[in-house]
Amino acid sequence: MTVDIDIGHRQDDFELDVRLSAPAGLTALFGPSGSGKTSLVNIIAGLTRPDRGRVVVNGEVLVDTGKSIFQPPYRRRIGYVFQEGRLFPHMTVRQNLLYGRWFSRPGEKAEVERVIDLLGIGDLLERRPGLLSGGEKQRVAIGRALLSNPRAVLMDEPLASLDETRKAEILPYIERLRDQSRVPIVYVSHSVAEVARLATTVAVLAAGRIATVGPTAQVMQSLNLLPAAALAEAGAVLETEVEAHDAAYGLTALRSRAGLFRVPRLNLAIGARVRIRVRARDVIVATSPPRDLSAINMLAGTIAEILPSGGAAADIRIDCSGEIVTARLTRRSVDTLGLKPGQPVHAVVKSVAFDGGSLGAPLRITETELDA
Amino acid sequence: MDWFALTSPEWTAVQLSLKVATIATVASLPFGLLIAYALARGRFWGKTILNGIVHLPLVLPPVVTGFLLLVVFGRKGLVGGFLADHLGIVFSFRWTGAALAAAVMGFPLMVRSIRLSIEAVDRRLEAAASTLGASPTWVFATVTLPLILPGILAGMILTFAKAMGEFGATITFVSNIPGETQTLPSAIYTLTQVPSGDAGAYRLTLIAVVIAMAALVASEWLAQRVGRRIGPE
Repeated sequence: MTVDIDIGHRQDDFELDVRLSAPAGLTALFGPSGSGKTSLVNIIAGLTRPDRGRVVVNGEVLVDTGKSIFQPPYRRRIGYVFQEGRLFPHMTVRQNLLYGRWFSRPGEKAEVERVIDLLGIGDLLERRPGLLSGGEKQRVAIGRALLSNPRAVLMDEPLASLDETRKAEILPYIERLRDQSRVPIVYVSHSVAEVARLATTVAVLAAGRIATVGPTAQVMQSLNLLPAAALAEAGAVLETEVEAHDAAYGLTALRSRAGLFRVPRLNLAIGARVRIRVRARDVIVATSPPRDLSAINMLAGTIAEILPSGGAAADIRIDCSGEIVTARLTRRSVDTLGLKPGQPVHAVVKSVAFDGGSLGAPLRITETELDA
Repeated sequence: MDWFALTSPEWTAVQLSLKVATIATVASLPFGLLIAYALARGRFWGKTILNGIVHLPLVLPPVVTGFLLLVVFGRKGLVGGFLADHLGIVFSFRWTGAALAAAVMGFPLMVRSIRLSIEAVDRRLEAAASTLGASPTWVFATVTLPLILPGILAGMILTFAKAMGEFGATITFVSNIPGETQTLPSAIYTLTQVPSGDAGAYRLTLIAVVIAMAALVASEWLAQRVGRRIGPE
């Protein structure tokens, strides 16, 4: 189950030249505005005809300009969740959801129930889109795309028009979708927080070209390849598991391969999996185990690499039991401490550096389940 | 009450007008939809000319339109002759000709109304429908058509009202034959030409006003109803 793209397309003064293979899971197309993300998904969907190249989904050729193959969008079976929802205003939520099923071989009825349940939109079915909130509209739009029996799903900044509360409302659904369905998802975003939390693969797009592509944790480390605006948010992405809750101090302990993290209390059951992002600018480096320090997250490791990043800063990649944690320091500090590759160090992170934007995956769990 | 009672020829004129206006509206709808769609969405040579021809009856003196209809659709006209010989359809001096004249005169209003509503449709919704598997025909039937319904209804009502009032082109093309081509306006005109016709003219005028008002109210009501169904977005 993959989406393979190899296309070139010129639009006005902008040139898109992309070669990319999106595997199962969620592939984030990440880059600043105007880097060609939307043009690329429009080409996959068939809304734009590329000047040259091929688009292949699960082995079926949708576009091959060399052989004059161009499947129109309605024959592609590619679900598309648009930034602005684009629900049909003259239909109810139910009619919107079932629209795609008129045209595809209808799957079993349970599928509809499952998607409605997954997205929590059971109470909205008889309403008109005009009366829904932004977050509700986007959930219905996701459901409509899923129920059209798609071979792949495209999401073009589905959260961009929503405020933080609404985003937090939808993110868990997209995570569940990524983990429960087998169709590849191509997700356009310019938000590091969203990408770090959702993506299994990240492709960084800059000026119409792929700057880098790889597993999320790896790409989030390659600071010099990320767009300038994203640098402040970049850093290590670690998979963790909830180990314990500390009710007295309102903290949660998360166990990762790199070590233990204490973060502000998460509403999650013991054993739940959480993806966390450790921003490079939040990491302090100490050459000996620090004492008399307020920060409580300390990870022992060795310096794997020191990368000058231009200007005053340098990125220190620290190998903590196999996981890489990146620290962004001044070059002055690097010289003062005499840091060099192979040296054992301690990476220190303040607990309060973790916030909603850097912690993933809270599923809906009640307080009683937590206490049990 | 006797004053209100329509004489038989007056009643005939009212009935004829309703029939002519209804046929004119319904028969011109498919053409109106097609041309409005072409003008709103199409990119082809001669679009400006087509637009001009459609709007011509709006600006020409009705008598000129009627005369042109006579030339083209008359028994010896290019199209009229062909239709009469091969399909047995005769327009000149028949009620069908009155319907044709009414349709031609109302056509610009219908096309204009539908064209504006097509141009107002969010094409991104149509793109969304196509990604969900709808072919262009289905996109039109399930998305475009329901969204332009208010425009279509408004166009039909305007055409109907125009057809009820059409006088100049009708009388030029098909004359003023009681029971065949004497529509409500023609009947009023005839009544005003005779000394004893005032009462009849008043009665028919009253009916014309009532029908026109009903059409306007109906169009307003339909627009609101459809508007509410589609809801704010």
